[in-house]
Amino acid sequence: MTKRSNEPLLWLLFSVGGVVAALLIPVHLFLFGIAFPLGWLNAPSYDALLALARGPAGRVYLLVFCILPLFHWAHRFRYTLYDGLQIKHLNELVNTFCYGGAIVGAIVATYLVVRIP
Amino acid sequence: MAEQIALEVTRFSPERDKVPSIQAFDVPLRKEWVVLDALNYVKDRVDGSLSFRWSCRMGVCGSCGMMVNGEPKLTCATFLTDYAPGPVRVEPLKNFPVMRDLIVEITDFLGKLSKVKPWIIRAKKKPLSEGEYLQTPDELDTYRQFSMCINCLLCYAACPVYGLDPLFAGPAALALAQRYNMDSRDEGKSERLDILSQHDGIWGCTFVGECTEVCPKHVDPAGAIQQYKLTATQEWIRSLLMPWGGKS
Repeated sequence: MTKRSNEPLLWLLFSVGGVVAALLIPVHLFLFGIAFPLGWLNAPSYDALLALARGPAGRVYLLVFCILPLFHWAHRFRYTLYDGLQIKHLNELVNTFCYGGAIVGAIVATYLVVRIP
Repeated sequence: MAEQIALEVTRFSPERDKVPSIQAFDVPLRKEWVVLDALNYVKDRVDGSLSFRWSCRMGVCGSCGMMVNGEPKLTCATFLTDYAPGPVRVEPLKNFPVMRDLIVEITDFLGKLSKVKPWIIRAKKKPLSEGEYLQTPDELDTYRQFSMCINCLLCYAACPVYGLDPLFAGPAALALAQRYNMDSRDEGKSERLDILSQHDGIWGCTFVGECTEVCPKHVDPAGAIQQYKLTATQEWIRSLLMPWGGKS
């Protein structure tokens, strides 16, 4: 390979994050933002949700749900800054801000999910 | 007198002008006339110095691509009546340096095209006496759509990424590379991988999709590039897991 590029990894995270964001976030918004408050569906109790989040599958789900869309955002926002503001020459700064932001977000999410009592 | 339509054409002579200007002509508005007919009318009857490329008049040669009212179009397939009552503005293809009037400099594209090796590569060529490389209709169908490209460069004029970053390989070159990657007779995938998977190759594309929108031959370069991003990522994972293994 002439120049080893980490674009495949970033693109993979972008794609997977996009799928997660597009499939799961609308479902959560619909359930917790519309259906439960309007009483279309019976809202689960706090204890039932906590029990769900506390289990290993629940924790993994929350991590995937929080972290992958962050990397989707990072990649998309990087190119928005590159092309929208035309600041490709500041690429090191932009990359650090975008992917660094996603990494910080991932660490915070992991900390919070691990600390679910 | 027959109905007329105003044709506004970009004029630029490198010897005479510092910047391009617009010149307006009145041309007959005929039902069967395309923009190219109007340009030829001007060249034959009004101003013989108007310069533009054209050849086949039937959407095959890919020479007559220009901006018509701001959109990249084959002028031989764009009817004047669709723009009535006018004016119709004809400009050289966007994102390319202008040589004269409506003629753009396409050397950059030709260099990029040959770089992606758009031809059948064989590890070992078989002698003519052993016959052709055979292919089934199903195998043909996998890449047929991408082989319809006529290099008219409308996709480069439509691509905002190419407009911002001239190093980007661009839609047609990448789609044609994929056309050969998908050809069952080809053995050059790994040779092309190194070229295509660079930053200025497929990764430059941000999937705006305008290339596919404007393609007069329905090639879908945007689809080809996304398809290849997946292939390149699979190869990247393979090389990560099996650094000793050869590329497929």
